[in-house]
Amino acid sequence: MAMDAREIEELIKAHLPDATVEIRDLAGDGDHYAATVISPSFKGKSRVQQHQMVYAALQGRMGGALHALALTTAAPDN
Amino acid sequence: MSNVHAFIDNEVKTNDVVLFMKGTPQFPMCGFSGQVVQILDYLGVPYKGINVLEDESVRQGIKDYSNWPTIPQLYVKGEFIGGCDIVREMFQSGELQSFLSEKGIPVRVPEKG
Repeated sequence: MAMDAREIEELIKAHLPDATVEIRDLAGDGDHYAATVISPSFKGKSRVQQHQMVYAALQGRMGGALHALALTTAAPDN
Repeated sequence: MSNVHAFIDNEVKTNDVVLFMKGTPQFPMCGFSGQVVQILDYLGVPYKGINVLEDESVRQGIKDYSNWPTIPQLYVKGEFIGGCDIVREMFQSGELQSFLSEKGIPVRVPEKG
């Protein structure tokens, strides 16, 4: 089971419309991705909370259809 | 509260540093678990490793416990710190070392060079 990078990006943006999302396919196998998500809605949230917001956007696919997504999250610099 | 939840809760609260992982600290069975083991070993942090592959109910239970979909998961003094990405990010910035020290966990500062 693999996921398309565009599909991952769309899921995240559907949930966090103000986010800047950058996805890299690490192994070229559609199964190992790195994502950087920058969103103003992360402001004041802990890293764990920020990641949980992205995982929520992925609606249970993380750890399932999506085996490996290395995640970096941040609120934008002002 | 299920037995699994009680088991996890007890492990998290009675051990200063607990890592729920795939495999053991000696033989990690997954690259992500292995990375966290390497970081903890590098810092000389005493911790307990719990192999979720030995018990399917713990493997699922820990995800429910923390509302976190992946393994490994690191806990310090009862608090969920994060998975591989967060631990690595904190280690690289030096935040993990100072956080552990603040919590009274012994951290070895490797000599430079």
